[in-house]
Amino acid sequence: MVIINKDTNVIVQGITGHQGAFHSAEMIKFGTKVVAGVSPGKGNTQINGVKVFNTVSETLDYEPYASMISVPAPYVKDAALEAIDNGIKLIYILTEHVPVHDTMEIAHQAKRKNAMLIGPNSPGITVVSESKIGIMPNHIFKKGNVAIASRSGTLTYEIVKAVTDAGFGESTVVGLGGDPIIGTTFSDIIKIYNDDNETKQIVLVGEIGGSEEEKAAAYIKKYVKKPVVGYITGRSAPPGKKMGHAGAIIEKGTGTAESKINAFKDAGIKVADYPDDIPELLEKL
Amino acid sequence: MNLYEYMGKQIFEKYGIPVPGGYVINNVNELKKYDSPVAIKSQILSGKRGKAGGIKFARSNDELIEYSNELLNSKINNLTVNKLLIERMINIKKELYLSITLDRSTKGPVIIISDDGGMDIESVPEDKIHKIYIDPLIGYSDYIAREALDYLSIENKKQFQDILKSLYNAFVHEDAMLMEINPLIIDNDNNIIAGDSKVIIDDNSLFRHEEYKIKDTDKTQLENEAANKSFTFIEMDGNIGVIANGAGLTMATLDALTLHKLKPRNFLDLGGTDNIDIVEDAFSFVLKAKPEIIFVNIFGGVTKADTVANGIVSSKKKFNIKQNIIVRLSGIHEEEGRKILLGNGIKAFPDMNEAIKAISKIYEVN
Repeated sequence: MVIINKDTNVIVQGITGHQGAFHSAEMIKFGTKVVAGVSPGKGNTQINGVKVFNTVSETLDYEPYASMISVPAPYVKDAALEAIDNGIKLIYILTEHVPVHDTMEIAHQAKRKNAMLIGPNSPGITVVSESKIGIMPNHIFKKGNVAIASRSGTLTYEIVKAVTDAGFGESTVVGLGGDPIIGTTFSDIIKIYNDDNETKQIVLVGEIGGSEEEKAAAYIKKYVKKPVVGYITGRSAPPGKKMGHAGAIIEKGTGTAESKINAFKDAGIKVADYPDDIPELLEKL
Repeated sequence: MNLYEYMGKQIFEKYGIPVPGGYVINNVNELKKYDSPVAIKSQILSGKRGKAGGIKFARSNDELIEYSNELLNSKINNLTVNKLLIERMINIKKELYLSITLDRSTKGPVIIISDDGGMDIESVPEDKIHKIYIDPLIGYSDYIAREALDYLSIENKKQFQDILKSLYNAFVHEDAMLMEINPLIIDNDNNIIAGDSKVIIDDNSLFRHEEYKIKDTDKTQLENEAANKSFTFIEMDGNIGVIANGAGLTMATLDALTLHKLKPRNFLDLGGTDNIDIVEDAFSFVLKAKPEIIFVNIFGGVTKADTVANGIVSSKKKFNIKQNIIVRLSGIHEEEGRKILLGNGIKAFPDMNEAIKAISKIYEVN
């Protein structure tokens, strides 16, 4: 199993909000086992056929493994700590604009309690034909053996659709999130994809900022035999500007697209110039 | 949010970090009577102020007035000087470097120190820089200062310990992305003083820091206006206006234009929307940047391609857009969207590279 499967019990914190309500319904359509929702003050109600509770602890009877957090940014830390403290093992944060000091604390608490964190500011995770937690559009996927990891949302959907349209299919797609500090990073996900039997080849969609792509490339060079295709956005970004994502910024000369592309090439990763080129670089296995 | 030196120093003072002591002026009438040598420091958000002539030293009242007049409203590194910080001059024995910033890999704060202060930390050799990674759940404790002191030539160890503790407190409580003291000055009496400040506050924390909700002078006027809207807008120096959805796809669009030797005028992420008004808003904004051509690149998910198409058609009428609009629409309702556009004389493509080739062609013809 790659992180989740069709038996994974999922709760949604913030299920009565606009995003929480819409996307939990989409997740249920995809086949995800959404077992309960949490919305403080909205306990004893129902939405999308799912029972809503005031607290995470009240949902424990349903044995939740994962929680999707879709609450406003100022409340994310509290919601995440509540989930971690109640023993939830996979914390996924959809919300954008979470203060980075809150994320640091969440990430370290998750680590202490052996919980996996995806996000914040992430479109989530989809294991095709199994389960989806997050906001990726249902219709773009087809079961296959290409695993994709990305720091973006829309660009990821576009690439997934291009891969599907080209006659390939996906095993797992993870959006890691566009913030400077995120839970699961490229170097974590590459190990998971490398060990996954369903995954035969890997696509990494990186962007400017930080050095996670470089770290993943070093790991790939050493350990990964599966073919890897890479794409990096932000080649034309002016230094010092946050390109929409809080984490997409060239700071003091580090985090440039050039450095990441060079690291990819050095690791034998085929690098696409345009997102449309990615399917052409995949191998017909 | 980047803070001016004087604002950073106000924070330092609040947390008990020694600063030279001084005052800020907006015009020369606010100058206080000269009583000892002072530094006159232009308050602009730019490094290398000293080299660019933005810092002067006055040793008399006449000099104080003369230099203040010279600096106020002048341009230093292309930025207008609106404020000056007038500070007591320090007798410098040694200059060190101290900062706390975020480390993406360890997902926590990192303390960076060097015995070689006063210059850009990037120009200090790696082996002269020491980094101490902090577990945010443990935070600061005095052993961290003891470790730091092993790498610094400081006699007044107790004072350094207090400064590091205060700086860490400030970093956490003010939601900083960076707090840098460069130089950290040791004066002739072995007192340690913050000679400069560079502070960046996390924009996402401003809901709990109302006091920093000021105009970000790091942004252009248009960028500041856009910050009040629902989308991210960044000015660039080209001529092709860009509207795309999602930060990643917008960046990919700018990159693809650049690879085709075309120059984007801006970054505009429309976000996830199913609302014609937001499309019109985006157009009204891009038009302010006076582009020669407008390129719209949409992948429909939450955002429906036909909604965007309708928004483009209504914007064209509403704002009487004369420029060529080239559109690439893919994803949900893409065919309906392209039909709407073609019916209104707007070129629409399913493929990004085809759309960009069409833009190149317009330039070739002209």
